Amino acid sequence: MTPGSENTAATDFTYQPSPDQSAATPVRHPVVIIGAGPVGLAAALDLAQRGRKVVVLDDDNTVSTGSRAICWSKRALEIMDRLGVGAALVEKGVTWKKGKVFFGEDQLYAFDLLPEEGHRMPAFINLQQYHFEAYTVREVMKHPEIDLRWKNRLVGVENKEDGVTLILETPDGEYRLLADYMLAADGARSTTRRLLGLDFKGQIFKDRFLIADVIMKADFPTERWFWFDPPFNKGQSALLHKQPDDVWRIDLQLGWDADPEEERKPEKVIPRLKAMLGDDVEFELEWVSVYTFQCRRLEQFRHGRIFFIGDSAHQVSPFGARGANSGLQDIDNLIWKLDLVLAGKAPESLLASYHDERAYAADENILNSTRSTDFITPKSAASRAFRDAVLDLARDHDFARRLVNSGRLSLPSTYSDSGLNSPDSPGFIGQMLPGAPCADAPIMTAEGKESWLLHHLGGDFVGLYFVRNDETEDSLAQLRESLAALEVPVRLVPVFPPGSKAPSGALVDSEELMAEARYDARPGTFALIRPDQHVTARWREAEPQAIRGALHRALGRGLAAADAETLNEGTAA
Amino acid sequence: MSTLLKSAPRLARPDDIYQVLIDAHRDLTPEQSQALNSRLVLLLANHIGDEGVIAEAVEAAGKGL
Repeated sequence: MTPGSENTAATDFTYQPSPDQSAATPVRHPVVIIGAGPVGLAAALDLAQRGRKVVVLDDDNTVSTGSRAICWSKRALEIMDRLGVGAALVEKGVTWKKGKVFFGEDQLYAFDLLPEEGHRMPAFINLQQYHFEAYTVREVMKHPEIDLRWKNRLVGVENKEDGVTLILETPDGEYRLLADYMLAADGARSTTRRLLGLDFKGQIFKDRFLIADVIMKADFPTERWFWFDPPFNKGQSALLHKQPDDVWRIDLQLGWDADPEEERKPEKVIPRLKAMLGDDVEFELEWVSVYTFQCRRLEQFRHGRIFFIGDSAHQVSPFGARGANSGLQDIDNLIWKLDLVLAGKAPESLLASYHDERAYAADENILNSTRSTDFITPKSAASRAFRDAVLDLARDHDFARRLVNSGRLSLPSTYSDSGLNSPDSPGFIGQMLPGAPCADAPIMTAEGKESWLLHHLGGDFVGLYFVRNDETEDSLAQLRESLAALEVPVRLVPVFPPGSKAPSGALVDSEELMAEARYDARPGTFALIRPDQHVTARWREAEPQAIRGALHRALGRGLAAADAETLNEGTAA
Repeated sequence: MSTLLKSAPRLARPDDIYQVLIDAHRDLTPEQSQALNSRLVLLLANHIGDEGVIAEAVEAAGKGL
């Protein structure tokens, strides 16, 4: 079976020479993206949605080989939903929330992620990376702003103050391109990183894992099953997870001494899988790989006009699904900033906040996946004794189950220390503090249509305003106009209590899951939401002067001022 | 300097507790003893439930090693 053969989305693409290749002088583009993987493609979609032209270059001409990333988190799906692909991904993917953990012969416990009700997107879906890419490419093709060039291999890059020069190799030979900004979405083995000679520092885990995707008709439930020290893989770990099209992901820990070349061979793989699945289960190998884990990141995600996004910037072990999911959050964070800087509406300092916010998130992901890896593959006698003690106690003691770490599943970061935020107003409680990604909620439009909050946020700055009891059409119009007149327009989204007659463009908190429950909002509460659906400021009342200041900060102008101050102090000293 | 971890005597019959600990390891191999100690640490850490106390205990226990 070829990947995606049961799908309508294409998986093989044709190289077509671009007129740029025969231009007399190198053609300049505002944004060039290296890599048409999930992260590069999503970045292109986000730019195109903002009307920005973008060139995407990929050294291959197909979607990914093998399933690779399979576990897509709620936040990643929300981002893809904003980019127009979310519904297709969820429809094709396997939605799951349950799992079991085994130790030796026995089941230790079963879990249910118990995702909160009233969100458009599930906690997780499993979907092969090639499907993800195929659906995303299909969406990319709808945007004339995106110039996607296959079989364009980056072989040289010059990062200069006024732009980036790229040298590309194609079936028709080499050519040069100029870019105002370049996004390196070229993965863990990033060519851009290598060409610039940048260090990629971190921890390599001395262990090898066999990853196999098998096609089988099996009646295992749609659950994540994880084994510590199972009888079929003594002293090691194992994972079984379902994907669409009867494809199952199997992960078997092999130990550091395993020979990767040997272990990849079907005659070695098949007996291992038979020991796990039973002799009577018929299966076919779709993809096999043997790999080691690394947790590392670039010291700086931005180098002048080059931005590293996704695995090229940071790499984590796969336990926790924090790789591709965090890459999508990178583009969610970067693209609106890049758009505003390209439009001349925000200073360069806004771009610096990309590294600040996403390196913080990467460190969080690295911490979590390092801890999971240490638990799964203990590297000292004491570490193993504690690990086994946790597993033994988990049979009878609830507290120990909380210590079992077979992967802490990806959650979006709250940029609580970001310089773009305004200080939180006193008296607020709950999760929606400045820096937090907005929680979704079911709402009803003014026209009485059921919808989701996140469908009405994002893309631009939004003023989420929970109307006062004495709100009038005039007071709303006044607020709407004052927001629209700010240095970057802020779109007013008023929220009315259930049962209200709301004016067009407003939302009704129809199931009362939003205002109090998720936003700690009272009548009059106002939250300023960034284009990436993160809260940046909130107040108990909408005060135009405060909103103006918060928007100024969220555009990086506070950072620019702070830099200038530091500079002045430096000069004075 | 410990501020949270109580160092003053708190056990009414210290010799009895000491014997309980030693008896628990009787006839165990070194590996089994390590397993028992690890479980014991986890059970007690959860019972204590105070990160500060546990951190100070870890520091005190590691002194000189």
